[in-house]
Amino acid sequence: MTAETQKPEVVLRYFAWLRERTGFSEERIRLPEGIETVSDVLRWQTTRGHPFDVAFAKPDPIRVALDRTHAKTSASIANAREIAFFPPVTGG
Amino acid sequence: MSVRVGEADFDVSAELAAVAGKDHGVGGVAIFVGKVRDHAGGEKLTSMTLEHYPGMTEAELERIETEAQSRFKLSGSRIVHRVGTLAPGDNIVLVIATSPHRKDAFDATEFLMDYLKTRAPFWKKESLANGSTRWVEAHENDALAAAAWTTPSAD
Repeated sequence: MTAETQKPEVVLRYFAWLRERTGFSEERIRLPEGIETVSDVLRWQTTRGHPFDVAFAKPDPIRVALDRTHAKTSASIANAREIAFFPPVTGG
Repeated sequence: MSVRVGEADFDVSAELAAVAGKDHGVGGVAIFVGKVRDHAGGEKLTSMTLEHYPGMTEAELERIETEAQSRFKLSGSRIVHRVGTLAPGDNIVLVIATSPHRKDAFDATEFLMDYLKTRAPFWKKESLANGSTRWVEAHENDALAAAAWTTPSAD
């Protein structure tokens, strides 16, 4: 892979029980080719092995924000610099 | 209009004075204070820890506040949300809405809380008297309450 075609690094961030189950608050990573949407990245997480496979085993309750904005599963991650994963919010 | 997120407690009188103290066009003020209960799901609670997503939280609260301004006739508003470890009886959240007439203030306060509970990236973790901890799960009712604001009302 040449530098021109290599995907840029993105920051992945994890909150609440996703932070606890993955053991990461954040990581800097180059996503593999073919990961285009939020649902792609959720599926990819289950293929990474322990502890991500367990943390992301049930993607349904997991919410995603792209560059600090709530995103639907169909949203494109092409321009995102920061992808955050978290359970439904419970503040207030 | 302002939002603030931090560990420090808030003083309701001081916050109210900052929002409405000099505005004599204000006819009504609605204030909501959320507090930590000493029980949860029938069990005794010793503390509650609030985590959030710095940067996104403030941006989301500002979006929610801007949305409230477009829906209601408001003179001013304020949202203060605490993070970190809190004890039963401690304040968690303060929402103030001021308006020329009371209905807008009441409605805006409720709207701000309903949206905050479903959009603002905060997560609560309960510590129980038996030594265990658990993350609070989102309530279906909170989602329904927020969704109700998107349904056109009959009046």
